[in-house]
Amino acid sequence: MSALLEVRALTKRFGGVTAVDGCTFEVSAGSITALIGPNGSGKTTVFNMVTGYLRPDAGAVSFDGRRASRPDPARFYRAGLSRTFQQPRVFRELTLVENLAVAANRPWWALLGRDVPPTDRRRAEEVLADFRLGDLMGNKARELSFGQQKLLEFAAVLMGRPKLVLLDEPTAGVNPVMVETMEQHIRDLHRQGITFLVVEHEMNLVMRLCDPVIVLDHGAKLAEGRPAEVQRDPLVLDAYLGT
Amino acid sequence: MSSDAEDRTRSQAEVTQEATPGSTRQEGRPIQGSAWKRLTWPARRVLRTAGDRYDRMAKPARLGVSAGMVVLAAAVPVLLPYVTADSGYWTSVATKIGIAALLALGLNVVVGFAGLLDLGYVAFFAVGAYTFALLSGAGRYAIAISRSQPNAFKLLPTWHMYFWLLLFVALLVALIAGVVLGTPTLRLRGDYLAIVTLGFGEIVRITATNLNSLTDGSQGVNQIPHPAINVGSVHYNFGLNNEAYYWLLLAVIVIWIFLLRRVNDSRIGRAWAAIREDELAAASMGIPTIQMKLLAFAMGAAVASLGGVIYASQIGFISPDSFQLFSSDFGSVIILAMVVLGGMGGIAGPIVGAALIIFLPERFRFVGDARFLIFGGVLVLVMVLRPQGILPSRRRAAELEGGEVRETSVFEARQAGS
Ligand SMILES: Nc1ncnc2c1ncn2[C@@H]1O[C@H](COP(=O)(O)OP(=O)(O)OP(=O)(O)O)[C@@H](O)[C@H]1O
Ligand SMILES: [Mg+2]
Repeated sequence: MSALLEVRALTKRFGGVTAVDGCTFEVSAGSITALIGPNGSGKTTVFNMVTGYLRPDAGAVSFDGRRASRPDPARFYRAGLSRTFQQPRVFRELTLVENLAVAANRPWWALLGRDVPPTDRRRAEEVLADFRLGDLMGNKARELSFGQQKLLEFAAVLMGRPKLVLLDEPTAGVNPVMVETMEQHIRDLHRQGITFLVVEHEMNLVMRLCDPVIVLDHGAKLAEGRPAEVQRDPLVLDAYLGT
Repeated sequence: MSSDAEDRTRSQAEVTQEATPGSTRQEGRPIQGSAWKRLTWPARRVLRTAGDRYDRMAKPARLGVSAGMVVLAAAVPVLLPYVTADSGYWTSVATKIGIAALLALGLNVVVGFAGLLDLGYVAFFAVGAYTFALLSGAGRYAIAISRSQPNAFKLLPTWHMYFWLLLFVALLVALIAGVVLGTPTLRLRGDYLAIVTLGFGEIVRITATNLNSLTDGSQGVNQIPHPAINVGSVHYNFGLNNEAYYWLLLAVIVIWIFLLRRVNDSRIGRAWAAIREDELAAASMGIPTIQMKLLAFAMGAAVASLGGVIYASQIGFISPDSFQLFSSDFGSVIILAMVVLGGMGGIAGPIVGAALIIFLPERFRFVGDARFLIFGGVLVLVMVLRPQGILPSRRRAAELEGGEVRETSVFEARQAGS
């Protein structure tokens, strides 16, 4: 399998803290890759650089064989690279349908259509029904629970027909039933050909769902491999339990 | 890290009350709340039901209501003589309100729709006024030519006729100025944007003061021609007839409102709403945030420029002093106050704000300069009692109040209605 995302020697410093330190890894097309590591090991910061929110101090990211000339989240999204946030960021005063309509992948000059165009609306309704949010379609996003907001964010990202989705802790703070729903969605979408890079603390889920698993510690790659191998790796055990 | 852990426990707590959407809604019951809220409940109720009813109307009915309002507004100069002995004076006030309303509706796109705090808006008003004044040949340049060579070839011999062309030219100039000023600026956010736009407002004014050779500096440009209509057998010079300017302004405002509603109901409107709420998330959903903000900025600039042209041609004289930040006529701060007082993000709000802010000081002229004191007091009072403005768009009201207002979004209501 070819690499959909290549991260080379990525480095980011915040003042004295080196959040990401020469991090190198690949995400191959068609995989569900996990990115794990202790709190503060730099996972979210890697996401932020990969999706263009932060400019790396050093290193390079290439997606789908191309290097971005400058970081621009919107352009990355339109190229098929999208992400969710650790704390869900939905548009609270827009309805669910509007949240999805906003996320539909459109060139900016095609923006002057009236209302939610029928094609977008139909697709939004489909996706929302899939995520069991269909009944709440006309509600505002702020009326949703934390877990539902995470689902909504995930659903919205799908409107852009992404190739690679980065999920930042999709199950943190979500109730167990919804964790299962989330897992099922990832599997379904994976079968439809979407590649995932998932940051997750819930190890059982990672072991069930992901392959390969990449372990970060202090901003650098510590280990990489099949879930079972990584689980046994003494370095990894040390990073999680020691210091 | 600790805050992250906190977030997680908080969200765990939220999960227990999962799936009870709408539980935060209260259907506007009058019982709870402060004495003020209880006292004004009927008024707010009337406004709200009027708004709801308008949203639910069929399209022709909505058109009818809008047309009725336009006719009513158009009738104001005709009706004034029956209401007041000093109708000439009040017509000029009405014209002033027209310019203010146009500016407030333009600034509302920037502040209310896209959520960008722009403190230099008057710059574009000045750009329009000066563009018209100079191109119409009222400036020193034209005077110099005709003095030194009285029989010299003139580009446009009868300037009045070209008002309509120059109106269009000024609009284009302002669009370009909006993009030029906006491109470097709009990468900034919040307070920083406010400071830089403030700077731009001053730069334009100071340029007008110091560009002596072109603008006659602080003396200003005078003898700016009035518009005229020369179509077929119709010959009409606007001259000093305030009614004519009033109707012209009304026409421009109606066209602008029509455009605005279209744009705001489109994907652009939703993109603006998303940017206003969370710019970062908007970018992560593929919205080209810079272009969208530029569009709002340029649209606002174009409208301000139209206002500037009409203002210059009506008054016949402009100087840099007309465009001061704190000018009590059309300074950036006053226009912003109109938008905020009236209510951001809608159409009616800025118009009401403009009308009040121009009307009240005129009405209380007899108390002398104390009127500004009273005026300031009223402003403070309104903002304390009704922070979302007098007639906010319901979406904006919900953002500010966190949920007291009824909840179908405007887009959805339209969708259901039409
Ligand atoms: N904007 C910032 N400014 C300063 N320091 C930051 C910033 N963002 C992250 N850091 C620091 O960088 C380090 C890595 O943070 P990051 O959020 O990437 O970790 P993480 O692996 O996502 O952790 P978690 O599992 O808690 O989400 C931490 O020490 C954090 O304090
Ligand atoms: Mg994180």
